[in-house]
This record gives sequence, structure tokens and C-alpha cells, in this order.
Amino acid sequence: MAGLIEARSLSKRHLGGGLLKKAGTGVLAVDRVSFSIGRGSVFGLVGESGCGKSTLARALLYLDPPTAGEVLFDGTRLGGLSPRQLRVCRRRMQIVFQDPNSALDPKMRVRDSLQEGLVNLGMAPRQRERRVSELLELVEIPPAQGGRYPHEFSGGQKQRIVIARALSVSPEFLALDEPVSNLDVSIQAQIINLLLDLKERLALTYLFISHDLNLVAYLSDRVAVMYGGRLVELADTPEITAHPLHPYTLRLFYSAPSAVADPQALGAPAAQQNGELFPSGGPEAGCKAQESRPTSTPRGCPYNGLCNAGDPACAQLEPELVDVGGGHLVACLKASTLRRSDLSGG
Amino acid sequence: MDFATLMLRRLGRLLLTVALISTIIFFVIRVIPGDPALVIAGVDAKAEDVAAIRAKLGTDRPLASQYLGWMLSVARFDFGTSLITGQPVTRLIFERFSLTLVLAVLGILIAILLALPLGVLSAVKRWSFWDYLGMAFSQIGMAVPSFWLGIMLLLLLAVKVRLFPLFGAGSLRHLVLPAVSLGLAQAAVLLRLSRAAMIEELAKEYVVTARAKGLTERMVKYKHALKNALLPVITVAGIQLGYMLGGAIIIEQVFSLPGLGRLFLTGIYQRDFPLIQGGVMFVAIVFSLINFTVDLLYSVLNPKIRIG
Amino acid sequence: MAEAEGGRLLEVRDLEVSFAQTTRSGPLGPRSGPLGPRRGPLGPRRGPLGPRRGTPALRGVDLELAGAEIRGLVGESGSGKTVTSTCIMGLLASPPGRIERGRIIFKGRDLLCLPAQEMRMLRGREIAMIFQEPSRYLNPSFKIGEQITEMLRLHLGMRRAEALHRAEELVEWVGLGGRRRVLHSYPHQLSGGMKQRAMIAMAISCNPSLLIADEPTTALDVTLQLQILKLILRLREALRMGILFISHDLGLVRAVADQVSVIYAGRIVESAPKQLLFNHPLHPYTRLLLLSIPAAARRGTRLRAIPGRVPDAEHIPPGCAFHPRCPLAEEVCRTQAPETLEREPAHSAACHLADKRWPD
Repeated sequence: MAGLIEARSLSKRHLGGGLLKKAGTGVLAVDRVSFSIGRGSVFGLVGESGCGKSTLARALLYLDPPTAGEVLFDGTRLGGLSPRQLRVCRRRMQIVFQDPNSALDPKMRVRDSLQEGLVNLGMAPRQRERRVSELLELVEIPPAQGGRYPHEFSGGQKQRIVIARALSVSPEFLALDEPVSNLDVSIQAQIINLLLDLKERLALTYLFISHDLNLVAYLSDRVAVMYGGRLVELADTPEITAHPLHPYTLRLFYSAPSAVADPQALGAPAAQQNGELFPSGGPEAGCKAQESRPTSTPRGCPYNGLCNAGDPACAQLEPELVDVGGGHLVACLKASTLRRSDLSGG
Repeated sequence: MDFATLMLRRLGRLLLTVALISTIIFFVIRVIPGDPALVIAGVDAKAEDVAAIRAKLGTDRPLASQYLGWMLSVARFDFGTSLITGQPVTRLIFERFSLTLVLAVLGILIAILLALPLGVLSAVKRWSFWDYLGMAFSQIGMAVPSFWLGIMLLLLLAVKVRLFPLFGAGSLRHLVLPAVSLGLAQAAVLLRLSRAAMIEELAKEYVVTARAKGLTERMVKYKHALKNALLPVITVAGIQLGYMLGGAIIIEQVFSLPGLGRLFLTGIYQRDFPLIQGGVMFVAIVFSLINFTVDLLYSVLNPKIRIG
Repeated sequence: MAEAEGGRLLEVRDLEVSFAQTTRSGPLGPRSGPLGPRRGPLGPRRGPLGPRRGTPALRGVDLELAGAEIRGLVGESGSGKTVTSTCIMGLLASPPGRIERGRIIFKGRDLLCLPAQEMRMLRGREIAMIFQEPSRYLNPSFKIGEQITEMLRLHLGMRRAEALHRAEELVEWVGLGGRRRVLHSYPHQLSGGMKQRAMIAMAISCNPSLLIADEPTTALDVTLQLQILKLILRLREALRMGILFISHDLGLVRAVADQVSVIYAGRIVESAPKQLLFNHPLHPYTRLLLLSIPAAARRGTRLRAIPGRVPDAEHIPPGCAFHPRCPLAEEVCRTQAPETLEREPAHSAACHLADKRWPD
């Protein structure tokens, strides 16, 4: 089943430095990433800073077009569209960023910000007004407050406004890049619930990007893990939380202790129930205490420098994404061996 | 990149700048309407005289060759001979330069010694007596023209009270009043700057860490904050020095000092083209050198630039 | 030189702090104004008793910390957790901030009664603090080695060579390999995680008994977070340090702390050993907060979001500050501020209705 949006071997290389800005010398921020997002699903993308997830989102929406590879939206190749056609297609896919303060023009009243996209669609003023009220109600902000400026709202409200604006053109697909990271804990839950409601009501499809593994695992149907511009693991959520295979994924899981007792958690379940940080014998033991600075490496596995499960082969061969069963993809030479021992260790 | 490479790059840029300036100067002089030879010779000069002057100036040669000649002489630091005095321009400049140099250095030293402590004190004890004093001084200093100040100082301290000599440049004593006039004007600006820089630094987070470490207030302010506050102050002081080195023309006029400023002023009145040309070139070179040095100093003070 | 275990290292009682202006003012002073300890070298650091001026930032905070114990202080932004740590350090900027009442007893002495000079000597030496963003909290113009040794020389009177040697040991202890290189580096040459370790090395250099860690991992990547947490645990194990771990992240607190206090609108609403707090929360805020956190185990269910938002300091509701958002609220909650009562051994909560059953 083809997804609503499909990435095929997407790559994005930034321009090189120097006087002439030679293309082909810069950093490879996204390296041959492929995945498919099914209609009506939530696709979670998790990774740390610098891994390329934001760049990937922008490349996916052709805001910052990829330097290689293709994006298919509802079967249509975005790369083959003329600028005019692309603009029409853009209506159907929108993006919400992390910081609502920089996303909203502080000099524009909220209702004007919300109207902008509608003006481009050629909507009549009265229609626009009605739509703006609708949108504000949708995100649970009293429509009467539409005449206010962004600074008069709280952080959580601003983010709601940004979401409303993204929804103003009635898109089918919404990319959300760390939409709740700047918000307080109690507000995060409100926004998350809102996003889930909207998804149901408006039949939306989400790409949800975050560094917060717990959040991604909660929201998503399918999770992709990114490291150094590459996709290192991709699986349905229950599968990846029960059997994370890539050493980096494991490390992420261990690094994000949950406040909630999780009977399904990996490693020594009892220890995780008590909220202990380091169940003994986990891959944490022996993990090199270094920084993870993903940069494009010419050969070998990009994670090799920090991995404690690797062997000499890992420095020579670049692992491909391999399906180890049931749609669970891993890019690791040791993946199959890990899976077997994991199941037996359980 | 490392320090050496960085400095080499800067040096390269410096040379490029100088070359560019000399090109501009060359073309500006020749773009001005009118034949310089005619202007020098006078309205009712004889044709041969004009031709002779033209030959002397070199304006009868083709443009390209004139340009080449000019660039070569710039490289050799030979700016030709003064039309009026017949002396080599380069020698004239350097004779006067030492005086201007001393004056400028004295001026900037006075400015820094006055402005920095007062500015820092203003910032540290905001809204106190010192702060108001500093702000008042700064306001007055910026409002008062330096030449007026010079004249007043002369009247008070050289005429009324014979503390300082009226004119001439025999000894250091001759330079005190002019240096003070120069320095006070610059001090006003530097004071504002050091106050602002210090206030900004004191509000930064590393100051909180310094206090959390139990350091004395003195260490927090004068070791930690001050070091960072110095950076913009040094930069501006360097630029001011460069400006003063170009010849604080008006001050030199007021105090009758035989410095660069007067030299150029006279040259301009007298249409001494080689002198003017050489003078502008010289000032440009000096300014570029100053900027380069300030950059260097800045790198020494600011580790972020020095290393990577 | 940590206090004997079981002894109370730190005790904060009934701390009330107010601020004269609230706009653009953090607990460490107005954004562009002078920061620092209370003016004047001598004299009590508490304000004179009288009518409270300004907006309340802390409305009676109680905290306890034993030696070699980690207490987590959990709260959202604006709850007062940073103000609390600032007061303990004695760094509350006095013009906008004012300590109305309370005691901060450290090793038996009330810090609020100490002259400024003595407080300064305690800072860094006995009580140390690490902060959220190491790139901003380290002086960019000094090498790491210098920033560590200056403390050793000031507080412990070490000579330069001795201090340098100790700095090397410290830097190695916190896991910064290649010690020589790090000591001679400037902060901008180190990565985020390394900077944080350097800040920790600096903070523990004089072997303080109490360390306040204010959101030390928030600005770091997730995998680095783990390493810093491990380091903090080591501080407790190996150096027997008492640690006040401030965070908004309940997951981290659960992993690291022994005791937990929850702060809301300037008051501690619940305080308990970790297991009790997470398994049997008494205060509605704690309970709802825990229910609102996304986790893999909750997939498919809706999060129980707390309606409304944290009140501003200027608009704290009367009675119980949480009552407008509380599903259990009754009349008494609207009028009377609840007292903090110990419901179970070591488990106290400030709620009138701690025993009330929940509707679901």
C-alpha cells in the first residue's frame, strides 16, 4: 500500500564553504533516507541535534529541496512539478515548527496571520473571517481574541495559533518539528491531546519529529531513528519498544528514563519498573563516554566510533537497512545476531 | 583554522586594501576636471612651462604607464617630490609623522586612562555619584568641539597662567595641551562605550557562576567581567588612534604644531599634488595597519577568534 | 567533608520571597541590572518584618536534604524552583527580590543571618551550584584550568602548582579524557557535554557538602544527559555529597533522586521518598502531572491533561493555588490555603482533600 507521502533515497547536501561554494563539498545532512507514511498514521522521527531530522522534514516538503532522491506525495513526484504546480500541492502539506515566537509575526494580529494563506487562495473577506473563527475554535482559543497580538498569548496558546495557521488551508499532511519541546509539561499534554483530536476530526496524517523518545513512542504508529543523516532503524512502535535492535536506538532508550512504570520496557523489567537508570548488563555498560557528533563519514558505519557492539567489519562496510522481519528495518551489521540473543535473553 | 593562517589571511587582505586604495586615489586625481599642470602653472603661463610641468608630473604619458608608475612608486614608498618645496614627499611626511605619532599616542593614552576607570566605575556603581559624573563628563565631552577646548586651554594655561608654552613643538611640554584636547574628546566616547560594555557583561550568566563559586565581588567584576568588557573598548580605541594618526588637523592648527595635519592642509591650499597624493596614501596605509593591529590585539584578547 | 549521613545537611523552613517588579525580572535580577548578593557587607539578609511588598515568588517553601542524598525538586517554569536555589546560594538580587521570612539552615547555621562575607566564603566551598547552559555559564575568556584553579587557590589556599595538579585530578574524575588539553582549552573549544563536565569539575573542586544542580541536562542531547546523570550519581556515591536536583522532567527525577519535592506556584505541594511519590501521589497536581506524561506504555490512551495553566506570580488564586485546575476542588479549597500535613511517614502533602477518592 503506497503511503500518502513517500521518501525515496532522499539526500540533502549543504553547500560547501569557501569562496566559490562548490556544490558537492558540503556536509551531507540527509543521506539516502527512504520511508513511507501511510494515510491517517503518525510517523515518528527521533534523533538528537544535528542528526538531520529537521533538514529531512524541510526536504520532504520541498521547502529546501533535496539534492538527490525523490519525494512522492499521493503518487505525484514533487521534483517533476513546476513551481506553480508545487505551490498548489503545498496546500496539502504543512509544517509546524518548534518555536512559536519566531513562527508568528509579532506585528501581525493573530487573525491576520491566520488569514494569510486564505488570501492566497482567493477567499472572499467574509468567508475568511468565518474560517478564522472556525480555526480558533478548533484549537480552543476564543475567537474574540483574534484581534490580539501574539505577545498577548502564552506559549501554549501561541503554539495552538501556529497549528491553526497550518490547518487554515486544509492540508492532508502535517509535519511537526518538535512542536511541544519549548512548552511546560502540563501544557504539552494539552497540545498533544489537541493534535490527536485534530487528527481524528480532520483525517490528518502526521510526521512527528522529536528528540523525546517517550513522546514519540506514545504518539506514533511507526518510529524511525535517525543518526548522522541516516535512518538506522525503522519499525512499528510496539515492535521497536519491545525489541530495539540498533545499538544507537538502545542507547536512546536507556538515556530517556520514563516517569511512568513500563512493564514492557527492555532490559531488566523489574529495574525499569523501579525507575532505575541502568539495569545491569545493558549496552550502556562499556559505551564510550564521548560526544556523538554525527558527521558524514566516507565509509563504514557512522555509528562505529561510539558503538560497543561492533567489530572490525563495521569500520569497512556501510550497513544497509535490512528487514529483519515484520517490517522492522535496521541498518546494522550485527542486527540479526542481536535480535536472536535479545529474544533468548528477554 | 589556526592563528598563523588567520593572520596571514588578514595580512593578505591588508595588502589588497592598500592596492585598492592606491588605485582609487590614482583615478580620483585624474578624474577631476581640469589639467593639474595648468592649475599649477597658473592661468597666464606659457605653453612650454605648462608642458614642462606636465612632463614633471608625468601626466603626458599614457594612462596605463602612469598607473604602473604610480603603483610601483607606492610599493617603493616613493611618492615623488613636492612641487612647492622640491623635497621628497616621503621625507616630508616622515619628518612630521613622529610628532603626530607622539601626539596621537599621548591622546589615546589620556583618553583610555580617563575613560576606562570612570566608565567601569559608572557601570559597577550605577546611579551613584560616580555614574552621574561619568555621564555628565561624557555628554560634555561629546558636545564640546575639541578645537574650542584647545583654545580655552591655551587661554587659561598658556596665556593667563604661563604653565605651558603657546606654540611650537620643542619638548614634551608642548604636546601636553594638544594631547589633552584630543584625548578628552575621545575619552567621552570611550567612557560611554566602556560603561555600556561593562553593564552588558555584568548581566551575563557567567557572572552568576563566578559569584556562585564564592569569588569576591572584586574578582567577579574586575577579573571576570572586565576582561570581556575590554574587547569592544580596545577595538574602538584602536580606530580612534588610527584617525588621530591621520593628523588631527584642527588641533595642530590651533597649537601651531608642525605635524602631518598642517603639512597636508598646506599642501591642499597650495595644490601640491604629489604631496596630497602621497599624504592620502600614507593615511590610508596607516589606518589599515592600525586596523590590522587592532585585529591582532583582539585575537589575543578574545580566544574565540584566536582558535577555531 | 560531607555531613554524617542521616544528619540534616540543609533545612529550608517557611521561605517567603517577593519581587518588587515582575516584568523582565528573573530571580537573579533585572535583565539589564546589577546582579548579586544583598548590598552591604554586614547585616541580616532578611527583610524587615512588615507588609509584604511586590509579587510573591515563594510563599512558604519547606525543604530538607540529608547528606549523601539526592532530593529532586520538580516544578514547571514559574513555580519558584530557581528562586529557591538562588536563595540557598545567597545570590538573590536584593533590589527586586526580598526575603520576607523563613530560615535556611545549613549544617546548623541559618544562612539568612550570616554576614555577606561569611556567606561568600561558604559559596563554592561548602555549597556549590551547576547550571543549565554551560556555554553561557562559563567565562569565555578564561581557560578551563584557570577557572578551576582560581577556586582552589581562593578557598583552599593552594599554590599554583598544587592547584593545577588537583585540577588535573578533577578533570579526569569527571571523565574528560586528555586532561592537559582540557585544562588549557577555552570553553568554546569544548562540546556541550564536555562543558557541563567541566562545570561540574569546577563546582566540586573544593569538595562541597551540598551541590545544587539546576536543570543540568536540559540543554544537552539525550544521550549526553545519561552520562551527566551517571556522573551526578557518582558524586553521591563516591563523594557523599548532598544534591538538590532541580528539574521539570519527572523521568529524570525518578531515575536519579532518593527524595522528591514538588513545587507549585511558590509552595511545596508534596514531598516524599521517590517510590511513594511516583506510586501513590497524594496531591492532585502530582497525580495529574504523572498522568499527563506521554510514555510508550500509554500508547492508545488519552493523556490526562491538566486544564488551564500555571498562574502568574501576580495572579495567584486565593486559598489553594491549584484549585482552579483541580478536579476535586471544594469550597474550602477556594478560601483556605491548605497546610502541609504528613499523611504517611515521610510523605507530606499540602491538600485539604488528600484522602478524597478520585472520581475515575
